[in-house]
Amino acid sequence: MPDRVYLDHAATTPMLPQARAAMAAAFDRWANPSSPHAEGRAARAALEDARTRIKTALGWDHELIFASGASEAAALALARATLPHRAVSAVEHDCLHRARADAEIIAVDANGAANLDAIPEQALVAIQTVNSETGVIQPAEATAAAIRERGGLWLADAAQSAGKLPLPDADMIIVSAHKLGGPPGIGALLIRDLSALAPTGGQEKGYRGGTENLPAAIGFATALEARGSRAHLPVLRQLLDETICAAGGEIVAEQSPRLPEIASYRLPGVAAAAQLIELDLGGVAVSAGSACSSGTLKPSRVLEAMGWPETAAREVIRVSLAPQTTQAEIELFLQLWTTLAGRRRAA
Amino acid sequence: MIYLDYQATTPLAPEVRAAMLPWLDRFGNPHSPHRLGREAAAAIDIATAGVAAALGDAAGRGRLVFTSGATEAANWALQGALRQGLRRKIVTIATEHACVLDTAAWLGEQGAEIVALPVGADGLVDLDAATAAIDERTALVAAMLVNNEIGVIQPIETLAALAHEAGALFFCDAVQGFGRVDLPLDACDLVAISAHKIHGPKGIGALWLRPGLDWPAFIHGGGQQQGLRSGTLSPMLCAGFGTAARIAEQCHTRDLIHVNGLALFLEHMFKDWTINGDREARYRGNLNLRRDGVDAGRLISEVREVAFSAGSACASGSGRPSHVLRAIGLTEMQARTSIRLGFGRYTTQEEVEQAARLIDQAAARQLEWA
Repeated sequence: MPDRVYLDHAATTPMLPQARAAMAAAFDRWANPSSPHAEGRAARAALEDARTRIKTALGWDHELIFASGASEAAALALARATLPHRAVSAVEHDCLHRARADAEIIAVDANGAANLDAIPEQALVAIQTVNSETGVIQPAEATAAAIRERGGLWLADAAQSAGKLPLPDADMIIVSAHKLGGPPGIGALLIRDLSALAPTGGQEKGYRGGTENLPAAIGFATALEARGSRAHLPVLRQLLDETICAAGGEIVAEQSPRLPEIASYRLPGVAAAAQLIELDLGGVAVSAGSACSSGTLKPSRVLEAMGWPETAAREVIRVSLAPQTTQAEIELFLQLWTTLAGRRRAA
Repeated sequence: MIYLDYQATTPLAPEVRAAMLPWLDRFGNPHSPHRLGREAAAAIDIATAGVAAALGDAAGRGRLVFTSGATEAANWALQGALRQGLRRKIVTIATEHACVLDTAAWLGEQGAEIVALPVGADGLVDLDAATAAIDERTALVAAMLVNNEIGVIQPIETLAALAHEAGALFFCDAVQGFGRVDLPLDACDLVAISAHKIHGPKGIGALWLRPGLDWPAFIHGGGQQQGLRSGTLSPMLCAGFGTAARIAEQCHTRDLIHVNGLALFLEHMFKDWTINGDREARYRGNLNLRRDGVDAGRLISEVREVAFSAGSACASGSGRPSHVLRAIGLTEMQARTSIRLGFGRYTTQEEVEQAARLIDQAAARQLEWA
């Protein structure tokens, strides 16, 4: 049993050794990919190679604009899309809500599914593939159809699903390297047709200024290619779900299709902050909601959107897995969690 | 070698081994009054308390009597019950362990009336038949907590209530469930358990007697164990049993989570197989599976890297098809396509995954060449 068990892979996940090695080697290609000299051209070739590898690994045939991460990719799409309107689902990541405060909000039901009937006309519509707190998978086909019927474009935040699920049939897709074993500091906007965005000038065909981060792009590509098997994760998730339910816990959005990597659980009567401390002392790292909000005292906006009362929402923790997660790690978490649950009953 | 035969016996826990070793040299007779004897007697008292606590009798209200194993305990329970009074009938279940069924059959030859209740396709006892069979002539109802071949959990409280309503005693063979599955101890008059199924040593078990139960001795001699079961106790075996029981109690939740996780992996990997017995009322560390066209006996010899079985260890050497699988309605042919996978505390995720691959591949080869 390792000293620490890390079950917060949805916040960020350790870089895969292959990605580290590829990046270390890439630091030797220090030239600017936009320089015209031989060193620059070599760096450019390496960057384009990384771009092709990422597209191949993801199964994407269209354009890829590198960005500093998912947040920037989201901001770029929401700011520069040529469509007149913007809509964002209530359970989107904060980076989408912050990018366009004027966006129309699309409500979700108690199971976390976006209300597709509420999609406005002629809008760039941001609906994620998988929720970062609950693991709820939005129905891809129905979402694509509903948006296109209204003359809109689908901006799909796939930061939590890229490398795990096939990409959705969306018009723009947000991906991030550090959620799948690549380095932090790089992400991308995948886009079907560049003409849907107004250019800004600069690098990336004029859609994103700034010197390209070549080592990170290579780390991103390598991580996607090196990802381990997910085959055991549904079983580990089932063990978590079953054990937690049997011990008096509650699965958030139990009725919805969920990604095996991510789920949230409520322990009635025990504040998430107290659970986090106990688990941390016991050697297990999990989080209360997304990392961005768990440092704050705000309750989860995602749970609020699903109609959870604030007190219940404050008793929810998120347990997120990665291919390297083992049964032994899940067992340690469950021992600590069931002890907490037992103590609550005894109290 | 991957060991997946936890129902036959379990590996000795390292803590148990450590607790036993000093008693190879401390040779005192625990029934002697001198210091060496008293030291050994104290170790046995501690062991008794540990086993009783794991059984659910931490206060020691009942009496825990050590035996040479569960077979002796079951023999004692069945034979003792007929010596209690005028009643001459024993009601048991068709899927009980041989130590109960064979003792009952032998008592039948002596003139006792024996009823072996049928079970459904799920392996659970037919309660209508039980209600009809348990009557005022019944001396004892004998039922197991967890079946040793298919892992199903019998409705102990219901059967015990039927026994008590009829004025009969209730005996539970808790060997496979002890330390793993909740045992309604208050409902039982007599309980048999075994050390080597809970990572303890072979050669020791116990019969627990309900508080106030007047019970005849079985082995006569030096009057040890309050005269109930004569014979010098082995402090080494008792210390091992006590330690194993204590650990089983401490690690109960951990073991359960671990076993459930392994079971999920196996159920996932054996999707093409059918689970024998009820899917819900079961101890999940016992997975009995069948697949049409598979020859279980051949499979066991073909997959040499994995130790698993086709049923109980006692019966699997005999070549007879399992009486348990026949009782749940399987044909002789279907019974011969069944394997039993048993796992627990020391089994790892890697082991079950590898074993499942090896077994499934060997089965696929058999089907291909059939």
